[in-house]
Amino acid sequence: MTNVTMIKRVLFFKTITVPFSSGSRRCSTRVSTGELKAAVTESAQPSPLSGEASLYVHWPYCLRRCSYCNFNKYIPKADNSSIMADCLQRETETLLRLSQVSSITSVFFGGGTPSLAHPSTIEKVLESVSRHASLADSAEVTIEVNPTPVGMSRLEEFHRAGVNRFSIGVQSLQDKDLKLLGRDHNSQHALRTLAEARRLCPGRVSVDVMFGRPGQTLGSWERELSELLRVCDDHVSLYQLTVERGTALFKQVEQGQLALPAEEVMAAMYHSARTLLLQHGFQQYEVSNFARRNAVSHHNMNYWKGGQYIGVGPGAHGRFAPLGEGRAVREARVQTLEPDFWIQEVQHRGHATRRRIPLPSPLGLLEEVLAMGLRLTEGIAHQHWHIFCPEADLQTVFGTYPDVQNLLLSGHLILDDRGLRCSWDGLALLDGMLPTLLLALEGHMSP
Amino acid sequence: MATMALSHLKQGSKTPWFRRILEFKMYKRKIQGYSITQTMLRHRWMKHLPVFSSSVQPISTQSDKDAIDLSKFPVERIRNFSIIAHIDHGKSTLADRLLEITGAIVTTEKNKQVLDKLQVERERGITVKAQTASLFYTHKGHRYLLNLIDTPVFYWIVDDCPPGVLLIVDANQGIQAQTVANFYLAFEAGLTIIPVINKIDLKNADPERVEAQIEKVFDIPREECIRISAKLGTNVDRVLQEVVERVPAPTASKDDVFKALVFDSGFDHYRGVVANVAVFGGRVRKGDRIASAFLGKSYEVQELGLLRPHEQPTDGLYAGQVGYMVAGMKDVKEAQIGDTLYHQQHPVDALPGFKPAKAMVFAGMYPMDQSEYTNLRSAIDKLTLNDSSVTVQKDSSMALGAGWRLGFLGLLHMEVFNQRLEQEYNANVVVTAPTVPYKARLSSARLIKEHGSEEITIVNPAQFPERSVVSEYLEPMVVGTILTPDTFTGQIMSLCLNRRATQENMLYIDEHRVMMKYIFPLNEIVVDFYDLLKSLSSGYASFDYENAGYQAADLIKMDILLNGKSVEELTMIVHRQRAYSMGKAMCERLKGSIPRQMFEIAVQAAIGSKVIARETIKPFRKNVLAKCYGGDITRKLKLLKRQAEGKKKMRRIGNIDVPKDAFINVLKRTDK
Repeated sequence: MTNVTMIKRVLFFKTITVPFSSGSRRCSTRVSTGELKAAVTESAQPSPLSGEASLYVHWPYCLRRCSYCNFNKYIPKADNSSIMADCLQRETETLLRLSQVSSITSVFFGGGTPSLAHPSTIEKVLESVSRHASLADSAEVTIEVNPTPVGMSRLEEFHRAGVNRFSIGVQSLQDKDLKLLGRDHNSQHALRTLAEARRLCPGRVSVDVMFGRPGQTLGSWERELSELLRVCDDHVSLYQLTVERGTALFKQVEQGQLALPAEEVMAAMYHSARTLLLQHGFQQYEVSNFARRNAVSHHNMNYWKGGQYIGVGPGAHGRFAPLGEGRAVREARVQTLEPDFWIQEVQHRGHATRRRIPLPSPLGLLEEVLAMGLRLTEGIAHQHWHIFCPEADLQTVFGTYPDVQNLLLSGHLILDDRGLRCSWDGLALLDGMLPTLLLALEGHMSP
Repeated sequence: MATMALSHLKQGSKTPWFRRILEFKMYKRKIQGYSITQTMLRHRWMKHLPVFSSSVQPISTQSDKDAIDLSKFPVERIRNFSIIAHIDHGKSTLADRLLEITGAIVTTEKNKQVLDKLQVERERGITVKAQTASLFYTHKGHRYLLNLIDTPVFYWIVDDCPPGVLLIVDANQGIQAQTVANFYLAFEAGLTIIPVINKIDLKNADPERVEAQIEKVFDIPREECIRISAKLGTNVDRVLQEVVERVPAPTASKDDVFKALVFDSGFDHYRGVVANVAVFGGRVRKGDRIASAFLGKSYEVQELGLLRPHEQPTDGLYAGQVGYMVAGMKDVKEAQIGDTLYHQQHPVDALPGFKPAKAMVFAGMYPMDQSEYTNLRSAIDKLTLNDSSVTVQKDSSMALGAGWRLGFLGLLHMEVFNQRLEQEYNANVVVTAPTVPYKARLSSARLIKEHGSEEITIVNPAQFPERSVVSEYLEPMVVGTILTPDTFTGQIMSLCLNRRATQENMLYIDEHRVMMKYIFPLNEIVVDFYDLLKSLSSGYASFDYENAGYQAADLIKMDILLNGKSVEELTMIVHRQRAYSMGKAMCERLKGSIPRQMFEIAVQAAIGSKVIARETIKPFRKNVLAKCYGGDITRKLKLLKRQAEGKKKMRRIGNIDVPKDAFINVLKRTDK
């Protein structure tokens, strides 16, 4: 019981002063204390932290289809970049008004292949943001870059337009694998783009790399990652290749033309990568994300911490409370998927939100806070949980549930005075634990 | 072609025929269906008629008017016979032809045996239908009444008036396992056997070889065989002539007191029970008060008549005749097969031999989803309404929920029942692997007193008594007949040996075909024996079995453990000699069915405290979605919540969540 009292005391003293995002260490000026206080005192309301949000902008076009990708992307039929720019701007403005957030904490241009967008499009969207909310100079503005010669040639202009972080889709340093994956770059392009990005935004370049590729062995993966670590900047995202239904790769694997590494090998690749990255000074801060010198992605951090975000562009997802409509309940929103329809709808009514689902507070929101928060190595701090669930602390909700106790006993999960988090081994098994944790949460909320 | 055996319940009984009929009885149910019209089809024959309506009368070459004055029909001109054959040797086709020649049904293309079959019939080449029909046939200027009774049901007449049996053998395939079994049953019962070699029109037909086989195996002179083609009608008339000439007439007399035997019964929503009866003495008329020996209840005869094969009402039925009767019985159980009917004022001794047939193969049945429980119950009720040989007992399993434990007379019986359940009632059922009833002889006086007998039957492993209170355990045995081309003999022998079988004898029935007889423990053949036999002989071997009583056996209870915790619903009774291989197979199947978890799972088979087999389910080393950003949350959470919901429905054993599917995979009977 002393444990519980201690936690309560901690909560009492720290509630006001805790920064919203640990990711804001680099740019702590961005989040004013005033906003935080507002956010925290609001916590009795259904939508915590409604004063700020991050912004995701989706560029739906690609030059070609990667064999593994099942994402919302289209091969453009004609040049409609100016219409796209107008519509992205317009939707950004509409949704910012609707959300009434005063501050945009980060912007992320994803896709598709956003590096195919004209730099002026990026600039226009950022201008719109600045006009309707505060966007601090230091706020993280990321763009995903396909490391092709064209992509590389635009980096400088993107930078000038306001981008201050590049996320480069290197995927592999093996040319034959890049071909297999249907990428339109080779390893030389990747290395050159990486160097150029680092020149422009030193310390704020991330590389994406993919393991578990057909024919890959543990040894070749370790060599490749080591090679990459020699040239990369301070952030690495590593993803296990998932073969999604409906992709070309799925067919090839299904028909036995390609063989993926065995499950055990995949697991070994992940574990050895984690170790290797750690040896090179990279802290794992999320299941798939590693950073040196605190170069974490603030934008993504916001997802994992259950912050608000606005999604703009075809198929983009958002989570915010439409205060502009007088509603304080956070909604899960999805924009129209298909670019042509999306354009029509934005032109017609200023935005193309296709689906709005109010998150049935507090359970729906807490489920997201839990599922996303545990992806972070720091897990869910007591203070953080309190923002969303002031009625019951982590110990009360989870610590008493027998199946969760088993996970704590087996050492996969840790619940202590910092909060709830996965152990090193547990993080790799998170999806096996979440159903149990969701049941514990459900049991507590609706006994 | 190999064929599935019908299981015969002989079991040391003096009245094998009678038991047999119970086994066969189920085949006819299909036709009765639950039709809503008054013209409900008593027999599938009627499906061959061009129109289904009560007004349709068969076109007859003879005048039925004379025939219907049954009171004048002399017993000496009555013949009772049945047709027995190995599956697909042409029994139904021959029956159709016989009906056509005697004018009972119209000769049309529609009489082909292809219409409206159950899947099990098509797959196994059997026909699920009843063929009781009275035929009028003129031979040498006299009219005869030939009662064709489907299934060898003549056990009751054995002493009074032995009937004849047409033993059909395919001219191409020759003698098969079921032919042999059928022959011996008929032979032991002292019936007149007329071998009929069918399908002589086939290109590969070799009637001479088949005649030689018959001579060798059955000791019947080859001259006595009739070569026919039922399909083309070749020589079929001769079959009827031989029936008249070789089969003795019944000895029953019209002047005796009325005595009839119920040999089949069905249910009609409008009229209640329709019983098929054979009159052994005296006569019965519409309006008579009759009583049944079994229940002692009395009834008034409302309707009776001949089966031609459709119902043809008459005023009365007389000694030696066979027909149907409606007498206001509301429940099929009132018309027990084997029961004796008599005039209420003139009680008679019951005909010998009625004992309820014992279920020999048991299987659990559970609705796939518990919400379907009520529907499944009513489907089972309806099916058992017409097949009282299926025993039904409520059961519940922690893994599969509420359900039933059903007892069947044999494997094919079970198969037909299951398929009908599935196809006719669209029931989504989990059927567990079949088990057999074991027995234990108790040694403790206290227990004997408690159970009321020294010997107890064990259907459920949970009731398995400890070794210490038992003087011996017993298991049901069968005599299996296997016929096979001799190239497969070696493999089949080792399969049988593997199944704890002992060879009784082995005989070359011609240069290339071997007949083997084995004594098997029943439980060794109930699951997959037949399928294995079929596959290792490329489909050429045939198999049939009949029950052969109980034998002492070294039985033990085997537990299945997950991380040391026993899983009650997987406990099984096995023979000590087979414990290891069964345990190993069970562990392997479980390993393949239980999803990997966060920790290692030991799957063990144990006898008492001794582990005899083990498999290990390795834990996940990685189980986490790589990419989870703003756009992925919805999908991811949906998936996780579905898993959480699924977890609620899983069965928890120790700290292990076992999905229902895993139990289904392990417990259900394997597909062919």
